[in-house]
Amino acid sequence: MIDANARATTIVEMRQLNKHFGSLHVLQNIDLTVAPGEVVVVIGASGSGKSTLIRCINGLEEFQSGELIVEGQTLQPYGKSKRALRAIRKEVGMVFQQFNLFPHRKVIENITLAPRKVKRKDKAAAREQAQTLLDRVDIGNQADKYPSQLSGGQQQRVAIARALAMEPQLMLFDEPTSALDPEMIGEVLDVMRELARAGMTMIIVTHEMGFAREVADRVIYVDKGQIIEQGKPADVFDAPQNERTRSFLARVLKH
Amino acid sequence: MLLSGLPLTLWISFGGIVIGFTLALIFGLMSLAPTRILKWPAVAYIEVFRGTPVLVQVLFIFYGLPQLLGQPINAIAAGIAAIAVNSGAYFSEIVRGGVQSIDRGQTEAGLSSGLSSAQTFYYIVWPQALRRMIPALGNQCIVSIKDTSLFAVVGIGELVRQGRLYIASHFTAMEVYLMVAVLYLCITLSLSLLLRWLEHSGLVGE
Repeated sequence: MIDANARATTIVEMRQLNKHFGSLHVLQNIDLTVAPGEVVVVIGASGSGKSTLIRCINGLEEFQSGELIVEGQTLQPYGKSKRALRAIRKEVGMVFQQFNLFPHRKVIENITLAPRKVKRKDKAAAREQAQTLLDRVDIGNQADKYPSQLSGGQQQRVAIARALAMEPQLMLFDEPTSALDPEMIGEVLDVMRELARAGMTMIIVTHEMGFAREVADRVIYVDKGQIIEQGKPADVFDAPQNERTRSFLARVLKH
Repeated sequence: MLLSGLPLTLWISFGGIVIGFTLALIFGLMSLAPTRILKWPAVAYIEVFRGTPVLVQVLFIFYGLPQLLGQPINAIAAGIAAIAVNSGAYFSEIVRGGVQSIDRGQTEAGLSSGLSSAQTFYYIVWPQALRRMIPALGNQCIVSIKDTSLFAVVGIGELVRQGRLYIASHFTAMEVYLMVAVLYLCITLSLSLLLRWLEHSGLVGE
């Protein structure tokens, strides 16, 4: 009874999740629940396992033990639950550090591809939706260009629009601004800020601490594959409880 | 008389290359499969036909195979088969390399937007891979076209064979072989131009 209620009010539920990479224990007993509308920011040093953590949620990484329920679908260890995986991917959008736009397709086609092939939307409806999304991320006039003709910031905004086109319940951001020139970071963060305001559930891996403090409902600090500390941004940033969190923040907030 | 060998050269080349590429789609993609049951036969096929001389393969198909089957086989069909299995092995490696050259992020982006593995491959990976493969495919086509000259040894009346027959009655080796060479060059140059055009036309990989 309690469990059923819990499931209705959580989008992601991870219990005692473990992942090994050979002898490396990349994720160690991770417990994480994310509620609808929540914005969770994951911080930590490179190689801490934070990207791996969110990549488990849509099955881009397999895990070896533990429980993972996303949108009511249970993912099995070793990527065994193909059907659940497919169902989850239709509901979960992802934005990558390297954008990963399809270079052989125009901007608008990058966005319409999945809705047309997965949701069987007809061409006109898909294009109309794509155009609306492009307008929303402020690049409505770039629809017929190829990704390579766009700046990094514009490409990442196309990638966000592409993910939104599937009308996801959850958006995963894997260091979305880490590959961008400094002057383009702001425009991407603006789009993400707007999404958060609109009530999108988001899990964001980022090094943008100012953005995390401003947008996050909850900040999670990951180190060596473990969740070391989590809480409201003000608590984690201003009064970290754990020594490792303190030393990490001291390093990243100094400059 | 010399020119009468041209259609046969073209026909064997064309048939062999088309079937060879079809074989490559099968074996090249099989060689990328994660399971051994699919991968090993493909690897065996590729290694055998890449690792033995074309002439030996030709002789085997022309003289060995009929003995094995207990009945003669059509010479032109045998020629096409020889080009097909040989070019197929090389094409397979080109297909494998082309597909592997596409960044893993492309597949991840496709899968995470809800496309199936097959859709991701067909709409995203393959068009990009195919485009990258064009120069290497063109190379192998040229090699295969030239390999058809080996069929002169087994008596198929292609360009070289016709040339030798002509020389036998007219004693003009220099002119005839020059002519034969020019004809091959005409075929391969047209192919090069066609492929270069194809690469930049946007017809492939769009």
